[in-house]
Amino acid sequence: MALKASQLKIGDTYTECLVEDLKRTQLVMYAGTSGDYNPLHTDEIFSTQIAKYPSVFAHGMLTMGMTGRMLTNYVGDGRLTKYGVRFTSQVWPGDTLHSTATVESVEKGIVNLVVETRNQNDAVVLSGYAAARVD
Amino acid sequence: MAVDRFPVEATHIMMFARSVADDNQIYYDENYAKGTEVGHIIAPPTFAQSSAQFDPNYFLRPKTGQAWFGSGKEATGVKREPSSGGGGGGGGGGLHAEQHFEYHRHIKPGDILKATQLPGKTWEKEGKRSGKLVFTETVTEYRDQHGELVITARGVGVRTERPVDSK
Repeated sequence: MALKASQLKIGDTYTECLVEDLKRTQLVMYAGTSGDYNPLHTDEIFSTQIAKYPSVFAHGMLTMGMTGRMLTNYVGDGRLTKYGVRFTSQVWPGDTLHSTATVESVEKGIVNLVVETRNQNDAVVLSGYAAARVD
Repeated sequence: MAVDRFPVEATHIMMFARSVADDNQIYYDENYAKGTEVGHIIAPPTFAQSSAQFDPNYFLRPKTGQAWFGSGKEATGVKREPSSGGGGGGGGGGLHAEQHFEYHRHIKPGDILKATQLPGKTWEKEGKRSGKLVFTETVTEYRDQHGELVITARGVGVRTERPVDSK
């Protein structure tokens, strides 16, 4: 279902829960499909004892991928023309993430969105933008 | 990252969609996809990143007969050397700071993509939590077997002096 330009207003928002209680297995799945086998994301021993992090943590691209689901659920399949993010804080096993797209502008058949994903402490873990074709 | 040949297969797309917790049928059900506006299976928006699977030298994949820095008998298999960083996905002492995609069209099964890396900028910044930060940008163009541009990707990797203290 694509969005209709005539029904969009600046400031409109769409929010989804991306994940509740993020599991380490999800990180393993992402490592397996993306090909990014960095032990920081799946190897608790390496991550804590060698890299000195509190635990393994999610690939930034996993958070971007899950946030992408929120976007495509909102704008429709095959409609994205741009999608970019900054990873502002790490995502850890056990985190619960919510993501919001906010309409910034609608012009020439394109909606521009501000994208933000926050964790259970309301900290921003990902911030960015997207653009999509609308009817 | 530069990759000569990235053949896009439906199974890889299905597994990738699962790994980002996306159960949208357009990523695995051909019959469902036929009835959509797109008309066929497509890949999720960040799928291009999995081109790493087709880079024979990708440094974040263990290789047979070579030392690997993850844990085995010991907490790490090798003494870590500073990596060259890069925006391909961070890691090896670096982290992924930014990722941007521009979609000229969406990837689909049957595409045979070639990824070409263009030179990007490098810059430094002083971080409050992690000491000196060195940022490296990479721009990657994904073209199909007909030479058509499919996706332009821009990644920024960052290397820190010490682990980011943010729990």
